[in-house]
Amino acid sequence: MSYRRNFDVELAELKQDILRMASLVEQSIYKAMEALLKQDPLMAKDVITGDDVVDRLRYEVESNCIRLIATQQPIARDLRVIVTGIKILINLERMGDHAVDIARAAMCVCGRMPAKALEKIPEMARRVQLMVKEGLDAYVHGDVEKARVMCAMDDEVDEIYNLTFQSLISYMEQNPHSIPCVVYLLLVTRYLERLADRATNIGEDVIYLVTGEWQELN
Amino acid sequence: MDNKNKITVKDLNLYYGDHQALSNVALEIQEHQITALIGPSGCGKSTFLRTLNRMNDLIEGVRVEGQVLLDGKDIYGPDVDVVQLRKRVGMVFQRPNPFPMSVYDNVAYGPRIHGLKNKRRLDEIVEASLRAAALWDEVGDRLFRSALGLSGGQQQRLCIARLLAVEPEVVLMDEPTSALDPISTLRIEELLQELKNKYTIVIVTHNMQQAARVSDVTAFFLNGEIVEVGKTDQLFTKPRDKRTEDYITGRFG
Repeated sequence: MSYRRNFDVELAELKQDILRMASLVEQSIYKAMEALLKQDPLMAKDVITGDDVVDRLRYEVESNCIRLIATQQPIARDLRVIVTGIKILINLERMGDHAVDIARAAMCVCGRMPAKALEKIPEMARRVQLMVKEGLDAYVHGDVEKARVMCAMDDEVDEIYNLTFQSLISYMEQNPHSIPCVVYLLLVTRYLERLADRATNIGEDVIYLVTGEWQELN
Repeated sequence: MDNKNKITVKDLNLYYGDHQALSNVALEIQEHQITALIGPSGCGKSTFLRTLNRMNDLIEGVRVEGQVLLDGKDIYGPDVDVVQLRKRVGMVFQRPNPFPMSVYDNVAYGPRIHGLKNKRRLDEIVEASLRAAALWDEVGDRLFRSALGLSGGQQQRLCIARLLAVEPEVVLMDEPTSALDPISTLRIEELLQELKNKYTIVIVTHNMQQAARVSDVTAFFLNGEIVEVGKTDQLFTKPRDKRTEDYITGRFG
């Protein structure tokens, strides 16, 4: 029998808030990539304006976390739930920013992107989106193993990033007129690579939440 | 954590008549450390504290089995002088209990009982003890007024000074701040950090945050047993036992 039923309810709500924000960020990343691949400026714009909601949610939920610390004086697992909650919020908010960055790049290349230059970017994006999804699943279920497997995927993303980076440079060397456009694709690969890093941060937070141990997996 | 053990408790069982209040308690209390005892009411933590200077001897029908070694010597041994033991292992209680006499006489009480008559030496002890208890600055100019005129927090520090005057080695504290306001509580907590350089301190507290703030080691009692004992920072961030976690986070108690 718990003497802290209200607190338990608030902790459960915190998790729901984080997941609500996470699903908005997942959508933003998906839409930003669609905007790029389908050359859809309206969709890109949608991502950019939608980020305000994510930013607002972050501050709302973070304020709530601070209130819980001040009023409930959490310790042990309760404290880990709130501290990792704040860290995940910050990571999600930054991921939302990266989605906006990708959407901006998509707007800059709209109508003039050489499809051939895309290289492995769609595949890289799929892997990054999978990492984000797996990271959030790991958070939902407190699944340390899933978090570890997800973090390991970061190496593959880094590998694709390096390869793509090189081939985009070659492409620009061979097609100098494309540089003003392809340079944005270079940025997109960088944003995707950063998104994968943010996902591994979430994986590390999940492991800390469950075990109380910090593990550097990135 | 590599201080030497001041007190070692082995296989301690305590009965109030037929009721067993402590079961197979084992604990190593390290010198110059603050050990906090936590647990729900009736878990045995205060009973345990009182076994460390044989205060339970005063209660009828109490039977103690096992060993409590102070510097390696069993305090329940046949040749132990309990008065001497309580001089070495002193106690501060929940409610400040100054004697109805002057501040000076309160602090000088112990040394006088132990035979000290030299006025100058007594003056020195009184001042040193009041300073050590962080009270001198507040009462140095009214030593000969009644101790009962002091505030609750001052009275509790006076009780600590009274204890220090007999130069104990171990200080036992049974919820020493539960009757005090938050500021007085913080003063006592600050004081504990200074005292631990010279003394070994064992404190019973119901205030989780206090245990987390002041102690080096925490032992969690439940139903007369120690469930978990460990470094305080680890016990409050990452307890090993589910029952500890449930208790310190307020899920039962």
